[in-house]
Amino acid sequence: MTESTLNPDAAVFREVIPAGDWWVHEIKRGQTLRILDLEGNQAADTLFFSAANPTECYSADRTIQQQAALYLTTGTQLMSTAGNALLTITADTCGRHDTLGGACSRESNTMRYAHDKECMHACRDSFIRGAQEWNVELTKRDIACNINFFMNVPVTPDGQLSFADGISAPGRYVEMVAEMDVVCLISNCPQLNNPCNGWNPTPIEVLLWTARFISPESSQPQAR
Amino acid sequence: MNLLFEKSLHGAGMWSAVISRGKRLRLTDLTGGANVSVLLYNAAERTERYNMPDTLKGQHIFYLRAPYCLHSDMGRLLASITADTVGWHDTVCGHSDAARVLAKYGANNYQQASNDWHRNGHDCFLIELAKWGLGKKDLVPNLNFFSKVVADDEGRLAFVPGHSKPGDFIELRLEIDTLVVLNTCQHPLDPEPLYQQRPVKLEVFSGEPPALDDPSLTIRPENLRAWENNQTYHTLRCS
Repeated sequence: MTESTLNPDAAVFREVIPAGDWWVHEIKRGQTLRILDLEGNQAADTLFFSAANPTECYSADRTIQQQAALYLTTGTQLMSTAGNALLTITADTCGRHDTLGGACSRESNTMRYAHDKECMHACRDSFIRGAQEWNVELTKRDIACNINFFMNVPVTPDGQLSFADGISAPGRYVEMVAEMDVVCLISNCPQLNNPCNGWNPTPIEVLLWTARFISPESSQPQAR
Repeated sequence: MNLLFEKSLHGAGMWSAVISRGKRLRLTDLTGGANVSVLLYNAAERTERYNMPDTLKGQHIFYLRAPYCLHSDMGRLLASITADTVGWHDTVCGHSDAARVLAKYGANNYQQASNDWHRNGHDCFLIELAKWGLGKKDLVPNLNFFSKVVADDEGRLAFVPGHSKPGDFIELRLEIDTLVVLNTCQHPLDPEPLYQQRPVKLEVFSGEPPALDDPSLTIRPENLRAWENNQTYHTLRCS
């Protein structure tokens, strides 16, 4: 748990993302992004792309490999498919964020729950629409395995994996500083079939602060 | 099952092929300690691909073993594990790249070492993907057959050395016509200080699609529903 020293009144950008909506926005190198869980237990499915070259994007396996650990928290470097740090997590009042659960989709809901769940709104449809609306059109191929901020997917030493009740709460947040210009694509998860949103999808807020000084150490791997 | 194809990969071997529905792909670790990094794509619609999260959350498991399945991102099965003497295959650690191989094993370029030069999983995947019209956007989190990585309660990962023994094998039944792309580069978290890719034998056998009581379909209701999605796909697509 690491609290932020940034003042929300000094943020240069604030926007509430309603449940089930997508948001796509550029974050400049040195800017800080905060994702705020307004009402608690709300999964924020998130992808990052290099703004200069969107073929380079967030990589779950590179991020896991870099820190030899599954969960994200303060100090984690979010790594790209090319092995570069996209952002570094600088504050976190939730304590654990998921790298393995991916995004829900209408197709995977039929597999996971029942064929008649196909009609329900799902993150990967939001990702597709958000990706298509970016300046450089991105497509389904660009949608790889995402981060789930505020989601709790515990793995046991004997290799079991579950979607557990959230460990987030109203007002908890995660903050990260951009190590390069990045595009952030968020789907505020609409899933109603498991506890990832506390069975009740709610809004999240995104805040941006202008560039901080980036120390030379910030591009080095940090102990977790 | 008739043997249709056989090939051994030595050094940092790489291979890709389209294998049709029902056929079996068997990989055998010839000397122990092998790692085979694998990705799968629907051969006809290559934007449909192996999906690590759907495979894990669909089966409530962090690793793969028989009789579990490899799920696509479209609610379908790409393959089922029909035989497996290893019992744990890594799903989350990805593959090495040139920088990691250089830092770990030192410099050894082609000029110095000819075909014993140091290769890496990232380059091998991109080379084979390009031969089927695919590229960097298609290089998603891969499987690492024969390698075991465990997580503690805090999520910290540990590679388990000596996991796969000489002669250990894993066999997949393809559940849709599938492009298989693989290489035998070392696991990225393998602490072994020597650059030493282990040889692997590939075999493809004839075979039939599963019956409804197949262990891969009955181990989880999610797998049966995914297979029903495969049936719908094949019913609509095939003449």
